[in-house]
Amino acid sequence: MSFLARGARGLLLSELLSGMALTLRYMFKPSVTVNYPYEKGPLSSRFRGEHALRRYPNGEERCIACKLCEAICPALAITIEAEPRADGSRRTTRYDIDMTKCIYCGYCQEACPVDAIVEGPNFEFASETREELFYDKEKLLANGDRWEAEIAQSLSLEAPYR
Amino acid sequence: MAEFWHGYLWPTIITVVEILCVLVPLLITIAYYTYAERKVLAYAQLRKGPNVVGPFGLLQPIADAIKMLWKETVIPSGANRVIFIAAPIVTVALALVAWAVIPFDQGMVISNINVGILYLFAISSLSVYGTIMAGWASNSRYAFLGALRSAAQMVSYEVSIGFVLVTVLICVGSLNLTDIVLAQRHIWFVIPLLPMAVVFFISGLAETNRAPFDLAEGESEIVAGFHVEYSAMTWLLFFMGEYGNMIMVCAMTSILFLGGWLPPFGIEPFDGVAAHVWHIAWLLAKVLFVMFVFLWVRATFPRFRYDQLMRLGWKVFLPLSLFWLVLTAGVLTAMGWVPSH
Repeated sequence: MSFLARGARGLLLSELLSGMALTLRYMFKPSVTVNYPYEKGPLSSRFRGEHALRRYPNGEERCIACKLCEAICPALAITIEAEPRADGSRRTTRYDIDMTKCIYCGYCQEACPVDAIVEGPNFEFASETREELFYDKEKLLANGDRWEAEIAQSLSLEAPYR
Repeated sequence: MAEFWHGYLWPTIITVVEILCVLVPLLITIAYYTYAERKVLAYAQLRKGPNVVGPFGLLQPIADAIKMLWKETVIPSGANRVIFIAAPIVTVALALVAWAVIPFDQGMVISNINVGILYLFAISSLSVYGTIMAGWASNSRYAFLGALRSAAQMVSYEVSIGFVLVTVLICVGSLNLTDIVLAQRHIWFVIPLLPMAVVFFISGLAETNRAPFDLAEGESEIVAGFHVEYSAMTWLLFFMGEYGNMIMVCAMTSILFLGGWLPPFGIEPFDGVAAHVWHIAWLLAKVLFVMFVFLWVRATFPRFRYDQLMRLGWKVFLPLSLFWLVLTAGVLTAMGWVPSH
């Protein structure tokens, strides 16, 4: 570029002013802020959030204590103890997930043959003590009951890909 | 007794009231300037700034101030305690003291000295001390480096500010800030002296360590530069000093180039108290506009590297302001417009 043209641009600050014009235009554009917690961002049906233990439609718990999830968990977050139940079926007596060890990878839900353990769409389960994050079987089953509708919906959307 | 009252006590009370009338709005302006900065930068970045704390986030500066007061003031063990504490006090004191000569209307100035410009220049030169004291007393490598860079930058840009001031001065013929404003009755100096106004504004940005010249205190470069070791109350004082200096530079720009309290085209529909309000409102509007341009510039440009910054100060602005000074002097002499005081 010629010396005069460069000199004129430098003296008149034309590039600086066009940059500032851009910034000024952007100040009047609508913002992209999501007004959390009153608005929330969209989530995929594959989202891996808080765990839940599901049940069959007749109310029977799905988990059959096969311990595939415990075996595949990379963080060794799942602890299972099993015993035959009074009616002879194979069920867990202990099913703990340490949510502070869990890495939320979703391998447990991939491994489960009966879709018992799943990762639901909830991510807002922060607590003020560590102890509350050591989930046991009751907590997981209760989660399942609370979030069943959304979990079932996500599973039906994902079924073609699993 | 009457002598004491009329000669000493009563004027003192009046002066204290005048000072409070200037300082209290100034401190509130400093606090809300931080809010404005966050909002303007946010909107330029397609997001909203603070909008939770009060309606539209208006109580954010108050929440920040309260948080700062509750924080623990940490003094590094190897630090020189006296200078460590004195540095922010010096900085904020100088930022506030400079407002003694700013005229808000004809006759409405705390101290109408005949060397107003020189006083302002002296105050901005003294504020380099606060920076150096902070960096040295912190006994920390990054603080020291940041302070050296900051101080060198401030001093370099003061040279071109000085020449710009002299340019305005020879157009006016007096160092008195009120005279400078009144000399712009016919035309604001920003029109004939536009390059000088731009040089003054950019040098003012560099003087106050403000983006894009904030390498010495850039958050991602040297953490917080010379005030990295400062925590709650002490850091708040530095912060207030920096923003006070920024508003001072905006006020100086308005007074030197944008006609101070004069309304455009000399429109004076009021008289009496309303005229005072009209003038103060115009000065406020101009200062607020220049403050907005400070934020606008921050939102737009990337940071200068330190050597680019120093090169700009010494090899671009200094020759330019010197050349324009000689040109102005030549034009004034040739056309016979040299003011005669």
